[in-house]
Amino acid sequence: MEPSMRARTFVVLVEDRPGVLDRVASLFRRRAYNIESLAVGHTERPGVSHITIVMNADDRVARLVEANLYKLVDVLNVEDVSNVPSVTRDLALIKVRAGHERRAEVMQVGEVFRARVVDVSPDALIFEITGTEDKINRLVEVLRPFGILGLARTGRVAMAREQTPAEEFAHEGVV
Amino acid sequence: MMTRKTGAQILWDALEHQGVETVFGYPGGAILPVYDALLDSTIHHVLVRHEQGAAHMADGFGRASGRAGVAIATSGPGATNLVTGIATAMLDSSPCVFITGQVPSHVIGTDAFQETDITGVTLPITKHNFLVTKTEDIAQTIKKAFHIAEGGRPGPVLVDITKDAQQGECDYEWDDSPVELPSRTPRPTVSPEELDHAAEILNTAKRPLILAGRGVTLSGATGLLADFVEKTQIPVAMTLLGIGGFPASHPLNLGMMGMHGEAWVNQAIQNADVLLALGMRFDDRVVGDPKKFAPAARKIHLEIDPSEVNKIVQVEVALIGDLAGSLRALAPKVSCQDLAPWHGFIRDLKGDSAVRDIQQLPDSGHLYAAHVISDLWNLTEGNALVVTDVGQHQMWAAQYYKHDAPRKLITSGGLGTMGFALPAAIGAKVARPDEEVWVIVGDGGFQMTAAELSTCAQEGLKLNVAIINNGYLGMVRQWQEFFYDKRYAATPMRNPDFVKLAQAHGLLGLRVDKRAGIEEVVATARAAEGTTVIDFRVEKEDTVYPMVPPGNTIEAMIRRPESALEKKDDKALVKKD
Repeated sequence: MEPSMRARTFVVLVEDRPGVLDRVASLFRRRAYNIESLAVGHTERPGVSHITIVMNADDRVARLVEANLYKLVDVLNVEDVSNVPSVTRDLALIKVRAGHERRAEVMQVGEVFRARVVDVSPDALIFEITGTEDKINRLVEVLRPFGILGLARTGRVAMAREQTPAEEFAHEGVV
Repeated sequence: MMTRKTGAQILWDALEHQGVETVFGYPGGAILPVYDALLDSTIHHVLVRHEQGAAHMADGFGRASGRAGVAIATSGPGATNLVTGIATAMLDSSPCVFITGQVPSHVIGTDAFQETDITGVTLPITKHNFLVTKTEDIAQTIKKAFHIAEGGRPGPVLVDITKDAQQGECDYEWDDSPVELPSRTPRPTVSPEELDHAAEILNTAKRPLILAGRGVTLSGATGLLADFVEKTQIPVAMTLLGIGGFPASHPLNLGMMGMHGEAWVNQAIQNADVLLALGMRFDDRVVGDPKKFAPAARKIHLEIDPSEVNKIVQVEVALIGDLAGSLRALAPKVSCQDLAPWHGFIRDLKGDSAVRDIQQLPDSGHLYAAHVISDLWNLTEGNALVVTDVGQHQMWAAQYYKHDAPRKLITSGGLGTMGFALPAAIGAKVARPDEEVWVIVGDGGFQMTAAELSTCAQEGLKLNVAIINNGYLGMVRQWQEFFYDKRYAATPMRNPDFVKLAQAHGLLGLRVDKRAGIEEVVATARAAEGTTVIDFRVEKEDTVYPMVPPGNTIEAMIRRPESALEKKDDKALVKKD
């Protein structure tokens, strides 16, 4: 494995047109790049969508991914936020077995992770949790012994932090 | 002035405004409104015999002229028949615009008759594609398609237009304003530091070598390269698609590199201390094993497409941008050391290559493909526009037909598409009617698209078709000879009588099986008014030398044994029937 191999997060702004996600996904498939996570949504600008792609890559492949994304005509901007201060979040819905005898215990675990209970039924409840991938993974592990009945995750969304001039200076050379 | 027009009329008007004079196509249900409006357009339509032919014609037109060639097909099978041609154009950066009819927008997705999701199918093999469902979007989309196809690194663009968009009407006036694409393609500019870095590498080089690719021709940098070589005295090795970007007759042009490159060219690359790669992409047929490719050389890459930099071979400096601009900026900073010792070293590398060269072998009564091509080069004084197919004859054409000018060799390099030559030559001849066009094609590839002889006849086009006929799929046979223990599975071919085939199209057909006959048939073909087909019955089991076995270091070449030809003399001659 290349020494620089690690998770990379790309924030890609694209024109909101039919088939644009297909073009991006097709590029990853065609070039045999492996997508770890992919999330798509609208942005503050009408007609512009936001795609967050997480993949494992070394420095060389990360640069090629960026160059190849730019070749897509519908791509407006590509940012590799792996190297800049950024916020990354994942959202998960977790359905856990929770009969009345263990419900309090399950809810207590959720509270520790600041997960919200969004549905309760006699035998189960559903948590909603937002956070880093790592935080969600840990909650899933802790809940597993109770019995996880369902898990749905959005994939990571990311955004570079707004930088003050001082911060820019501090991070000069990082990119 | 605004006028009321149908989508079909708008399409032709937009094409006329793009400067299109000829299109290549085949009608069908979903494109019929466009064909109906064709009759009122000034544009000439070449009716092909198969849509793949139309695609290669548009490609050949693009390669010969530098302007986008246009091919038109209907939906479904018409569109899918274009696919091989589109992929061919994509791999070789050829500017083309493909227009396909699509089923009416209200039935899209219902598996309607002749419905294919052609934008989906061609997604990975086009530079970009469009689905147009509204009449008022047609003109702007055509403008964007040409802009994308011809700009930057050229490539194919497909425009799929629904039948209702063709039939619909809207108020229309051609909008002459420049195309604006909101996508922010970064336009990298070469920094002074990068230029200095590249110059420092070149100025301290003792054994520098230029690797010239198709980008030299595409960016119009042939003159700049000639001046640069004159000034620096750096020898030049050519990729297959680079041929013509630097004159073959120049003493510093070493010839073609790679799998079937000359041995001394590959050895020079492996011994170089600096490689200056110009508009080339380190294809595996050029590089062999990338880990063992010129390991000692510091590498500089001038390239317009950032995604080609460090894709296969790691380079020390990349000057990303239009090649002509980068070379113009770099040249004044470069002053190479005395390279006479390096020139001498390369001269010595040539060693006995000349002796081994098939051209030196006396006429033994056999017809060798290399002789045919070398004689053709002599007889046409190296001025013909040569279009090849794919296989052994292609490599012999690259080795023995030496081009001094760009856009004179048209060949499918990246995709290696058999059946390319004849239709691509039709496109090239339409683009440059004053050129003497020679199609060099194998008996296998010729039969893949031979139906386009009808197109030649119908259009009254003058091509010269040299079929290098060895009764085998020769290059595959060669691989079977070297790597599969001479087990010739599915490579021997029983062919039709190509002379009669030509005659059946009302064209002149000729046949030769001795070297002594070449001059006469070439003269007859050149003098003939229409397309002429020559069946060159060549040695059946000849081999392209040298050869780098795939995946090897490019130094590991299989050379032509000095005694091989004498041995071959004992074998049965080409069968005469």
